[in-house]
Amino acid sequence: MTENKSKKETLPRVGFYICHCGSNIASMIDVLEVQKYAAALPGVAVSREYKYMCSDPGQEMIAKDIKEHKLERLVVAACSPNLHEETFRKAAAKGGLNPFFFQMVNIREHAAWVHEDKKSATEKAKDLARAAIARVRFHKSLDKKRVAVDPNVLVVGGGIAGIHAALTLANAGKKVTLVEREATIGGHMAAFDKTFPTLDCAACILTPKMSAVKSHPNITLWTYSEVSKVEGYVGNYKVTVTRKPRFVKEDLCVGCMECIDACVFKEPKFKDKFNQGLGKRKPVYIDFPQATPKVVLVDPETCIQLKTGKCKQPCAAACDRKAFDFNQKAETKELQVGAIVLSTGFKTYDVARSPQYGYGRYPGVYTALEVERLVNASGPTSGEVVLRDGTHPKAVGIIHCVGSRDAKTNKWCSRVCCMYSLKLAHLIKEHSGAEVYNFYIDMRAPGKAYEEFYDKLLGEGVHFIRGRVDEVTDWAMTPEEEGKLVLRVEDTLAGFVRRIPVDMVVLSTGLEPQPDAQEVRRRFNIGCGSEGFFQERHPKLAPVNTFTDGIYIAGACQAPRDIPDTVAQAGAAAAEALSLIDAGFVELEPNTSHIVEEECSGCKTCVPLCPYSAITFDEAKKKATINEVLCKGCGVCAAACPSGSIRQNLFEDDEIFSEIEGVLAK
Amino acid sequence: MKKYLYFPGCSLKGSGKAYEESFLAVCKALGMDIRELEDWNCCGATAYMSVEETKSYALAGRNLAIAEREDLDVIAPCSACYLVLNKTQKALKENTEIRRKVVNALKAGGLDYKGTVKVRHPLDVLINDVGLEKISKLIKNPVKGLKLAPYYGCQIVRPYATFDDQHDPVTMDKLMKAAGAECVTWPLKTRCCGGSLTGTVPEVGLRLAYIILKEAKKRGAGAIVTLCPLCQFNLDGYQGKIASKYESVDMPVLYFTQVLGLAMGLPGSELGIKRGIISAEAVLAGGGLR
Amino acid sequence: MLEQKVKYEGDCDKEFAKWVTSQTGGENLRHCIQCGICSATCPLSLYMDYTPRRLINMAREGFKKEVLGSFTIWLCASCYACRVECPKEIQVTDIMYLLKRRAIEEGVYPRRFPIPVLAREFGRMIFMFGRVNETLLVIDLFLRTNWFKFLGMTGLGMNLMRTGRMSLIPETIKNRAELRKVLDALDADEKSKREAVS
Repeated sequence: MTENKSKKETLPRVGFYICHCGSNIASMIDVLEVQKYAAALPGVAVSREYKYMCSDPGQEMIAKDIKEHKLERLVVAACSPNLHEETFRKAAAKGGLNPFFFQMVNIREHAAWVHEDKKSATEKAKDLARAAIARVRFHKSLDKKRVAVDPNVLVVGGGIAGIHAALTLANAGKKVTLVEREATIGGHMAAFDKTFPTLDCAACILTPKMSAVKSHPNITLWTYSEVSKVEGYVGNYKVTVTRKPRFVKEDLCVGCMECIDACVFKEPKFKDKFNQGLGKRKPVYIDFPQATPKVVLVDPETCIQLKTGKCKQPCAAACDRKAFDFNQKAETKELQVGAIVLSTGFKTYDVARSPQYGYGRYPGVYTALEVERLVNASGPTSGEVVLRDGTHPKAVGIIHCVGSRDAKTNKWCSRVCCMYSLKLAHLIKEHSGAEVYNFYIDMRAPGKAYEEFYDKLLGEGVHFIRGRVDEVTDWAMTPEEEGKLVLRVEDTLAGFVRRIPVDMVVLSTGLEPQPDAQEVRRRFNIGCGSEGFFQERHPKLAPVNTFTDGIYIAGACQAPRDIPDTVAQAGAAAAEALSLIDAGFVELEPNTSHIVEEECSGCKTCVPLCPYSAITFDEAKKKATINEVLCKGCGVCAAACPSGSIRQNLFEDDEIFSEIEGVLAK
Repeated sequence: MKKYLYFPGCSLKGSGKAYEESFLAVCKALGMDIRELEDWNCCGATAYMSVEETKSYALAGRNLAIAEREDLDVIAPCSACYLVLNKTQKALKENTEIRRKVVNALKAGGLDYKGTVKVRHPLDVLINDVGLEKISKLIKNPVKGLKLAPYYGCQIVRPYATFDDQHDPVTMDKLMKAAGAECVTWPLKTRCCGGSLTGTVPEVGLRLAYIILKEAKKRGAGAIVTLCPLCQFNLDGYQGKIASKYESVDMPVLYFTQVLGLAMGLPGSELGIKRGIISAEAVLAGGGLR
Repeated sequence: MLEQKVKYEGDCDKEFAKWVTSQTGGENLRHCIQCGICSATCPLSLYMDYTPRRLINMAREGFKKEVLGSFTIWLCASCYACRVECPKEIQVTDIMYLLKRRAIEEGVYPRRFPIPVLAREFGRMIFMFGRVNETLLVIDLFLRTNWFKFLGMTGLGMNLMRTGRMSLIPETIKNRAELRKVLDALDADEKSKREAVS
């Protein structure tokens, strides 16, 4: 330890500490040499070396020195600030020094770990130390800001993820608004028949949760609604929701469905979306009998009254609650929330992009979702496996990986298709007794009890052929193939090319981001990966957080996912939101930028550059302002500002230039 | 009047003579100015690439360099020539090493290559440059009653699909419909006919040709209409052998330019109708033509 | 009788895969997920001793002898269906071409099998004349490979003559010297590269 009086009284007293970091630093850098070198620099009052600066004794040493030697600045040369900047800031605070009078020097990753020569490593460490000591003189006293957090939460998307997140948050006592685009919550899961690997009935396990959402006193359920605008920042979001008109008053309708019977259309005529177009509905309809809320709605595209204004309206007459209102308009609502959970789900691959599989051309070709409705007892055929032409298939081919693992469509594996293909194989076989062939590339069964489910299917006599089918054709080469759909495939395991005639083909479509994922993510100011799924903050360590504080993602909107993982993620997102809300406030890093108003020339260069939309332009004053709560201190605006009126805390001109001069001075 | 250069390739001067005759006749009737590429050499087809890579590209490159002197599009009716010339252009554009070797070698022969020529297919030119509207107006004898199985073969839709769909091409169908014919829907539009295997490994090649003929007949076609000289040769020339090995199909195989020419009122003698080994007379007579 | 079918590591050529990936068209060889769609769509796969998928796997693992000596590469008709369907964008057809070239270079192919002979004779004719006369090529091919088959072709020959589709005069380009210079320049380039390396 070397003690000095400041050489010039005007220089603030700097405490310099260099860490051995065990042998991580000390094996390549002569720590004592650097310590001695720093001690001789102007302004350095204290210069020490220690084996593990981040340890308790190390931190206490700093706090003690600050008090004893009246230190005014602190420099620690050690590992990466990512690891211990916070540690040493706290140590400074403990000693009574403003934590932002501290500068960390990385001589581990930046010097010791990238050198093979001790001499040059030590020289570099000296240069870096000198630079930091020069810089830290210009640091200013700063404070972390605290912003209060609104305790209400918005959950966007009412599939199983949104439902579970909403219930978790509501049970914790928070007021939740659940916004869902369709007329009912339930998402894709409501359309499934059974779920893998347990073969639970999807509706049976989902509807109790849907019902719990409806009756929970802490949940406000807005279906047939979409978020149209989001403003604000973590803890303080202002959200605008547009509620689409059902033409039926939600608070009056009890879902008796008398109106549907009374409709002028005697028979259902229009393809219904819930049954994937296999069933029909009338212009006034309800998606399925357990829809939540149990309220009918009217489709403006097909209702005669809404299209022409000339209908007797027997539906309205049949309604003894007088719930119909054909003049209903869209409503705009505003919400204040502190946290938002996005659980907007997925869409399945559009098989029109793979015309060689014959969907649309051959009536026997189905998508997986269509088959879910087909085998469902409450579906358009009451669970009977009967094709569009009325026949019963004797042989069924299930093609895996349609729209997945393919450079021409989607590169990723959609994770759930192997499992649901096994499930559909089981259900089809059980309902129809047909021969079932699964054509796969790899059998992916990684979850709990998944491999056992595969084994069960093997035992049921389903044919598993490892080979990708290139096309579905009606070209017959043998009499047994006449009138059938032929699948030509290489049975890679047996080593033969085979032709398999089937009556029905099921395309196991992959999962994709929703078609408006880009629009939605921009509205909420979060990021997307290159495939279009919402971007998590860290794929392993922060899978439900986004880069926008206060906004969390859960479920298939982040990546293809099965139900167990989706529910787990929804719980995780709810927990993250609770963690934010129950803390009550957010503390903001002060390395933000601010604009010196008198110097701003109003050129607006900075406004579009901010990746966090933190800069707004005041048209009246013709000046830009930065919302320091949204600012993440990336520095782009400060660098771009032509008049230099933007200053970033901890990165001001004097701090940067002194650091440069410090490095260059030898 | 738009001008074009025309690359016949070895086939169109030999076994594919009817294709050249009908193609040139149709172009003349449409008022197109077509001139044969000067001193063109063989493109190398699928055979030469199996022996030498760079020399194959240089071979095809010579043709492109000659064409470049005139700044006109080159029409290559033969599917193999069409593919090879396009593939060569792509390789010379994207692969620096091949480009260096080939361009230098061409220079040694006094040829300049810059890669500016566009290689087109007759279908592309007829549909996109001339236009169905103009062609429809010139149809004098629509071939009503003629049921055709449109057969595209592989190399004009794979691997590059520029003017038509890769899995279900329709340009030839459109042209034939404009000529008054009916086109059957069938799944073997782009299935390989066997290429050069029919002659070299008949036990394999014959079956591939037979499959196509059989399915076309099953779908009710009176004739197959095609655009590749090798496909036409395989489907037309081996029906005798196919009859002895499998069954008699007796299906004439016409070029689309022949059908179009007949519909435009050109005499069969100008279109090489009699050059089919399986005679098309009966089918065409049933189709309302002489 | 019973044959021992085990393959030892000494049977593989460790450098073979690297060689394939260094050639034009072979770049994506290692990305194959063995889905088999190439074999499914290949119209010739049912005749091949190794299907295209299997051949790719063997090439990747270095079974050079089996790969170059297979019938597969010669049965490829260059229809490009495999390349179009491949989910990893592997240029299977071009890999077949480069394997054919290597097989001819090393003289490894079934003797008297017509296809490699055809390729070679095709090349010779182009080199000499600049164009190919189909009739002469066919005659040349069958004389080298199979007399009997040739006799079986006389029916077809008669038909072609009858319909005027047989040309007996060898076609040649005018500027043979120009073509010769181009091809010679490539030979010189190859030679100088080989010398530079050695």
